[in-house]
Amino acid sequence: MDKKSLIDELAQIVGVENVFHEPEDLITYQYDAYLSRAMPDFVVFPTTTEQVSKILKVASREKVPFVARGAGTGISGGAIPVKGGIVVALSRMNKILEIDFESRRARVQPGVINLDLSHAMKDKGFHYIPDPASQQSCTIGGNVAENAGGPHCLAYGVTTNHVLGLTVVLPNGEIIHTGGKALDYPGYDLTGLLVGSEGTLGIVTEIIVRIEHRPEAVKTLLASFSSMLDAAKTVSAIIASGTIPAALEMMDKPAIEAVEAFAHAGYPVEAAAVLLIELEGLKDGMDRLAKKIVEICQSHKAIEVKVAQNEQERMQLWKGRKCAAGAIGRICNKYYLHDCVVPRNKLVAVLSEIYQIAEKYQVQVANVFHAGDGNLHPLVPMDMSDRDQVERALRAGDEILKCCIQAGGTLSGEHGIGLEKNELMPLIFNEADLTAMKKVKAVFNPEDLCNPGKIFPTPGRCLEVTQRPR
Amino acid sequence: MPIEDLLKNVGVDFQEDSVHEEIMKCVGCGLCLPYCPTYREVGTEMASPRGRIALAKEYFDGKLKITPRFAEHLYLCLECLACETACPSGVKFHRIMEPAREAIKKNLERPLWDRMVRDMVFKHIFPYPKRLQLLAGFLRLYQVSGLQWLVRKTGLLRSISESLEETEQMLPPIQPKALRDALKEVTPPLGGRKQYRVGFLSGCVMNLVFTPINLATVRVLARNGCEVITPRFQKCCGALHLHNGETDIARQMARYNIDIFEKLQLDALLVNSAGCGSALKEYGELLKDDSRYAQKASAFSQKVKDISEFLVEIGFVKPQGAIYRKVAYDDPCHLIHGQGIKFQPREILKSIPGLELVELKESDWCCGSAGIYNITHPELSMRLLDRKMAHVKATGADLLATANPGCILQLRWGAKRAGLKMDVVHVVELLDQAYSKELE
Ligand SMILES: Cc1cc2nc3c(=O)[nH]c(=O)nc-3n(C[C@H](O)[C@H](O)[C@H](O)COP(=O)(O)OP(=O)(O)OC[C@H]3O[C@@H](n4cnc5c(N)ncnc54)[C@H](O)[C@@H]3O)c2cc1C
Ligand code: SF4
Ligand code: SF4
Repeated sequence: MDKKSLIDELAQIVGVENVFHEPEDLITYQYDAYLSRAMPDFVVFPTTTEQVSKILKVASREKVPFVARGAGTGISGGAIPVKGGIVVALSRMNKILEIDFESRRARVQPGVINLDLSHAMKDKGFHYIPDPASQQSCTIGGNVAENAGGPHCLAYGVTTNHVLGLTVVLPNGEIIHTGGKALDYPGYDLTGLLVGSEGTLGIVTEIIVRIEHRPEAVKTLLASFSSMLDAAKTVSAIIASGTIPAALEMMDKPAIEAVEAFAHAGYPVEAAAVLLIELEGLKDGMDRLAKKIVEICQSHKAIEVKVAQNEQERMQLWKGRKCAAGAIGRICNKYYLHDCVVPRNKLVAVLSEIYQIAEKYQVQVANVFHAGDGNLHPLVPMDMSDRDQVERALRAGDEILKCCIQAGGTLSGEHGIGLEKNELMPLIFNEADLTAMKKVKAVFNPEDLCNPGKIFPTPGRCLEVTQRPR
Repeated sequence: MPIEDLLKNVGVDFQEDSVHEEIMKCVGCGLCLPYCPTYREVGTEMASPRGRIALAKEYFDGKLKITPRFAEHLYLCLECLACETACPSGVKFHRIMEPAREAIKKNLERPLWDRMVRDMVFKHIFPYPKRLQLLAGFLRLYQVSGLQWLVRKTGLLRSISESLEETEQMLPPIQPKALRDALKEVTPPLGGRKQYRVGFLSGCVMNLVFTPINLATVRVLARNGCEVITPRFQKCCGALHLHNGETDIARQMARYNIDIFEKLQLDALLVNSAGCGSALKEYGELLKDDSRYAQKASAFSQKVKDISEFLVEIGFVKPQGAIYRKVAYDDPCHLIHGQGIKFQPREILKSIPGLELVELKESDWCCGSAGIYNITHPELSMRLLDRKMAHVKATGADLLATANPGCILQLRWGAKRAGLKMDVVHVVELLDQAYSKELE
């Protein structure tokens, strides 16, 4: 089928105003928040599940690759159309279909922005818990595809723990429903399989999520330390005490300095590390709980513990953490935002190795991380006008990842594999593991038209395989 | 992805100029998207800040020619600068958009009619105060003669263009010349004690249709110990020209204004129109490559202050007269995003006894006025306006305050469309009223 007829057919499905194919349109769909880019041939904007189904039927009949796109904030290149074809943009499928306060469920279209969902329920005292740092922009569909996490996922779990049911259009255009409003359904847990599948098994067109009451009381604390080791020990001590804070975030010195230069959040620049701790729960006993945490910090040599006295102070403390990437973005023209996981008891060792790697490659590195679950986000500034510097930054990045894996960690905590780390998958999975995953993919996506080129290493490209110690 | 593949395009066509410097600051995170009104309404990446930067980059890298479609995408932008406030990496979006529009202006053969209208307005009317007055006089005549009624009734304008019809209904009454002449070149401080000597940039549209606001501004300043100098022969600030790719004309007008005010030895240069203030504060940037004017221009820009900014800075006299109204305040884009002025107008409103200031949802969103956007993109402009008015209605306010002439016109029209019987006023008018009530 020639391009013109394909455009006509797509236009019949969604209307001409929802099909784009001129270079001046396509240029803006080459990228997401990752470094690479690739040009699609068409961008279509469906508004219903039926339209998505018809689009995919045409695509699979004509053997045209396609990829779903939410807000394009993904950092692993998931939404980049590496093989060209159709970008199925879901930004116009952004309706909140139902909010059922009584059974604490919401049903939404995939293009709904994460923070908008919480805002829609604010008056009633409810919210949607997973809160990626990009929550102002990213979509629930994108969150489902990447199994996104956020600071508050420590106590409450990542996206998969909050998604109960999906409507999915399979790559051949068939529409299926998985799960539902109840907590458990008979049969295979397809919802669990689809969450985190990075858009390679189909396009999600409806999502049932769990919503929760906002906590009655919140306390936010900032503890600063003169050594990374003290901070890390404090994290372990807090968790060992049986209290799971709602959030437990750590930042290192370079991150603190960058943030203070830009946001003046009140973080002590002389500290080697800060911990941002948030407690949630009932009003009763909250003060006692906070006191207990302050004591743990102090007994682990905290140089200062600040407790936010009101909402404004609380927002101020969070501001520093939330703008960390932006603050780094001010001192460079691109940064590499890494995402890896290490066992909590290895945090300090891994960090010192990260600093050594940075020194070896002559690059800067700042670390912000979800300390509670060992999810590290080293940020490496890059200067895109300097090829040599970028190369050093990228090589340092690779080495950082490998060092996390050596320490018993894994490739990605929440940003996904996508295009970024597909060639590194053999570092943590052996042939049998990968084959099992590929077989699952083949059941849903036998012709590999649905988001091709992601997750799995390119066949024929060989990589030194250093098996992860398990 | 292998590092070798990623490096293919890095640093290859890197260029060192001010546009590229700004473009390179964009890390592509997408965090600005939800704050962009056009992205929110249209939902496409081309209608987003990140998409517009990507398009501009392609052009400035020499990889894309300017086409009508390219122009269409870039002109859909409101230049509301909400993306600048939102961007954590500090991208100054207008420093990319303005040169891009200038390039469009230079490279694109626009349809003849379109060009005619634009040229008429930008080249032949705005730079010449006399002609602007003539046009204003003409509009006023048209208004008082009853012809307006006829034109509206017969739908004559609709047959030309829907958009013109809407704009026509928005036309404000032009103030009679006598009133305009009431704005004196020199106004002494009230009560005689002079604390500041300030210049007043009366603005072209402001001066013609919002004469009462200008008079109120001068009274408020005088009340706060200012001697106010309003040079008669000042020119338009050039904001509209700048946003529409007429950079050279904007520079000419800037030089003229700098010359006029420079010799007056002023403590501050005051503006009551957010759009003008934003442009005047950028003269330094605009003329940075002009060896004769660069320094003068940045000195000029440093003296420019929005009226609310200045009043709060000098610790304005708190009014004693009361105004018993429930007021919502709508932030003009070029005040909140362009100049970062957010709390000052609110502080002034809150200082007025009896006045209840209510929270307006999305008050930092563009109302769709955006210079001449409501003329060039009537459909989207009205969608934004209706969205705004729905929020206004929800506040239950009986008065809407803002701080920019374009916004006042647009919001008045919005109130009418929404069937709200509410007036739209400038913040400084309310302060002036509160002062004058002290005497009662
Ligand atoms: C500054 C910054 C901070 C970030 N912080 C975090 C963080 O704290 N935690 C975190 O987890 N992530 C974070 N991210 C990454 C990113 O925001 C998340 O991965 C997010 O879930 C992506 O959502 P999106 O709507 O932008 O999806 P996109 O980038 O558009 O797409 C991501 C992937 O999802 C697929 N997809 C999208 N919609 C659908 C659908 N409806 N059906 C099937 N597949 C679909 C796409 O094909 C693609 O593979 C951050 C990103 C940035 C730029
Ligand atoms: S303009 Fe700023 S917020 Fe928007 S994508 Fe670029 S860096 Fe991110
Ligand atoms: S200036 Fe306003 S309309 Fe233009 S890209 Fe920025 S936010 Fe969007």
